[in-house]
Amino acid sequence: MIVAKRKPFEEILQMIAGHRKVLIAGCGTCVAVCLAGGEKEVAVLAAEIDMARRLKNQPIELGQTTLERQCDREYLAQLDDRAASYEAIVSLACGVGIQFLAERFPTIPVYPGVDTCGLAVNQDVGWYEERCRSCGRCVLDRTGGICPVTLCAKGLYNGPCGGTNRGFCEIDPEQPCAWYAIYERLKGQGRLERIRAITPVQEWRDTVPRTLLQPGYRKPEKAKS
Amino acid sequence: MRLSYPANVKIILVPCTGKVDVMHLLQAIQRGADGVYCVGCLEGTCHYNQGNLRCRERVERVREILQEIGLEPDRVRMYNLSSGEAPTFVAYAREMTELIRRLGPNPLKHSKPSIRLEEAA
Repeated sequence: MIVAKRKPFEEILQMIAGHRKVLIAGCGTCVAVCLAGGEKEVAVLAAEIDMARRLKNQPIELGQTTLERQCDREYLAQLDDRAASYEAIVSLACGVGIQFLAERFPTIPVYPGVDTCGLAVNQDVGWYEERCRSCGRCVLDRTGGICPVTLCAKGLYNGPCGGTNRGFCEIDPEQPCAWYAIYERLKGQGRLERIRAITPVQEWRDTVPRTLLQPGYRKPEKAKS
Repeated sequence: MRLSYPANVKIILVPCTGKVDVMHLLQAIQRGADGVYCVGCLEGTCHYNQGNLRCRERVERVREILQEIGLEPDRVRMYNLSSGEAPTFVAYAREMTELIRRLGPNPLKHSKPSIRLEEAA
């Protein structure tokens, strides 16, 4: 899932300093699961802002809502009749949701309440580890299901480098070496010959805003609103 | 034992302090309570294993939040005792009351929050 981290309170307070009526909009999907921007985090942020502003003698009117998803128009549409009554919106969705919300209501400033941190696995409640950089060209078939782009400090497609040290990386003695792990995994599966295949370099210059159209689908003549 | 404790302490029963949420504590302060404290079982004796430890973590989080917004963190505290320790319960109630008296009234009690719940249509 996409994981995010709540921005420091002072930063959020600064963003909305000039506003007197603000909507806090959470997202009920990824950021709710990683405890950054769901219904509960919306309630906590609203309470914090309310108290901080009253203590400064600058009371603020707040609205709080949590949409099922902020990356889908049908859920953003639920705010169509209400968004205009707010001076600004603080979104606790990931960067995708924040932008889609801002695109839907272009006349209203939309501020990020979280920093989006990547695509991660759930190791335990409140503990997430990144596994994918969504590079757009998956090599997990030849790396034993371990992503070198994400887990190797250099993002090497053909590793390891000279900095590998008894299973760990030169950047940090506690950081496992992705390519050591790949070697061990492939060896355990009897597929070690795979590690010899050279993977051509990624064409990072092609990293432009990507559009994905699944097979069998096409863009409508005019984007639905 | 018929011990008496300060009358300003209002008790809210919960099945376990693990039931206490960050929002319960925040809302109490937000709505004007001068202080809130949680009294849990002694650490290591929770019937649900972790309830009182979770409560302590939530209390710590609320104390951080109070610091951030400009209120005294000591308005929210955590105490532990066993259910057989009535005199300790009274001592904690008095200690908390004295502490809050020193801090003075919650400045938020003179105004009301204005938060509207926008239901997703």
